[in-house]
Amino acid sequence: MLREEMTAVGLDPEAIDVREVSSETDAQREKFVGSPTIRVDGRDLQPLPDEPTGLACRVYRTADGRVSPVPDRAEVRQTLTEAMKGGG
Amino acid sequence: MAQASATKVGERAPHLELPDTTGATHTLPAREAAPATVVVWTCNHCPYALAWHDRIVQVARDYGDRGVRFLAVNSNDAERYPHDSLEAMRDRVESEDWPFPYLHDESQEAARAWAAQVTPHLYVLDPELRVRYEGAPDADHMDPDQNAAWVREALDAVLAGSEPANPASDPVGCSIKWKQ
Repeated sequence: MLREEMTAVGLDPEAIDVREVSSETDAQREKFVGSPTIRVDGRDLQPLPDEPTGLACRVYRTADGRVSPVPDRAEVRQTLTEAMKGGG
Repeated sequence: MAQASATKVGERAPHLELPDTTGATHTLPAREAAPATVVVWTCNHCPYALAWHDRIVQVARDYGDRGVRFLAVNSNDAERYPHDSLEAMRDRVESEDWPFPYLHDESQEAARAWAAQVTPHLYVLDPELRVRYEGAPDADHMDPDQNAAWVREALDAVLAGSEPANPASDPVGCSIKWKQ
């Protein structure tokens, strides 16, 4: 989905840096709060500043309030678009 | 998707004896046999479990007056996943007014005995506690209109004394968080 949305807004999906976080040490170092985490230019798609770091499954909320294991496609596209406007 | 469960459809479900969030012990078999029993492995932090939760609760409410027994079990390692602590389980049961007990499998022995793989992983048992359905609640965790249809179909069949047309599906969700 991320690759598709990057292509849709004119970004190269090959620019995605996929990182496997496989230990608690890695999670703490990366400030990782769950899988999947998507950061655009280092900024989390849905920041969770109070969430403890760890190897958890991540909970996203869709625009209509439903719980989801992945972020909204529209939110991903909007974040990518804003990042492009910001010169990131 | 997960691999097939070791608790097979048609087999008798393993024994269960676990405390709930108040400390009361629940057993399978129960003192009084139920016309059907639903056992669901779930947890607090998995988006799949959370997405399906309201649908499972509604099934419990809809079938409660027909004597169907529901048990939810959390086997996740709370040390590594604090959202799945007993305290967090208790908070959810109280704040969300759960219609069934939420059992704490701290040792993870129950999950191993049942070979539960993911959250949610759901089993429908007949009065003799044989597994008549095993798998996911319905076809799509993101679609509330699915209404836990596979569980309802299995319960309707068991309550009618017949075999569910769809006795198994691949359980879909987050893996059980085993202790290391």
